[in-house]
Amino acid sequence: MKARVHVMLKAGVLDPQGEAVRHALGTLGFDGVNGVRQGKVIELDLAEVDRAAAEAQVREMCEKLLANTVIESYRVEVA
Amino acid sequence: MKAAVIVFPGSNCDRDLAVALRDAGADVQMVWHKDAALPAGVDLVAVPGGFSFGDYLRCGAIAAQSPVCQAVVAHAGRGGYVLGICNGFQVLTETRLLPGALLRNAGLRFVCRTVGLRVATDDSVFTAGYGRGAEIALPVAHHDGNYFADAETLARLQGEDRIAFTYADNPNGSVADIAGVLSTNRRVLGMMPHPERAADAALGGTDGQALFRAVVGVMAQA
Repeated sequence: MKARVHVMLKAGVLDPQGEAVRHALGTLGFDGVNGVRQGKVIELDLAEVDRAAAEAQVREMCEKLLANTVIESYRVEVA
Repeated sequence: MKAAVIVFPGSNCDRDLAVALRDAGADVQMVWHKDAALPAGVDLVAVPGGFSFGDYLRCGAIAAQSPVCQAVVAHAGRGGYVLGICNGFQVLTETRLLPGALLRNAGLRFVCRTVGLRVATDDSVFTAGYGRGAEIALPVAHHDGNYFADAETLARLQGEDRIAFTYADNPNGSVADIAGVLSTNRRVLGMMPHPERAADAALGGTDGQALFRAVVGVMAQA
């Protein structure tokens, strides 16, 4: 199965890179961008064929390595 | 007194750290990240600065999963002393030996200069050599030194006197100007500034010496 993990800084954690992107967009003339948050997407190719088992496995990966839950939240998509 | 300096692929302050510890009187052994055990009888584990595993995923995240880090966590669990500097601090937060996390600097720039610090507590072997409130100067060199802890964690750190160092003029956006924090048992210290780069009068000052001398002195007596 294929899985996709979206990792974002939690709300309330300053994202200076997102802020820099927002500034750059303003410089380019894109007005009205109230906020930018930058995260990462991790794609996984899994041997597991059971959807629920795959999702459980990826969630465990997120808790142990893929996200730092002190500062980041994550969302898992399995397809 | 025996110290182990951990070496990851991408560590670059490991030898400076070993020199600073040896100058203070420690018997130092370098330990490769694939080693699953620490040398017998190690008193202090020192996790050096650098860019372990290229800072891939998050600074310190891959290093924190290495075999030697499991041994470092076990060492800390037995009440052993651990010092993490710069990338070493990031590794210690990723192992959860220390609370919080190090984010990208608020100003986005890599900051590389000597900064003023205040010794916020003298209640640890690492800071006892300075005295509470002492003002010292140490170099920083980091892109991700912006210490973050949620409000509850921050209140606990403050309430338990576990903030070791604060910046006189915050260079990276760290919450409460925090430059270094201690574990609950006060035997694990993580700090972004580099005391090993200020441990020789010929190189960058000597304000880092008191840290190494105090640590080695206390453990040599034990």
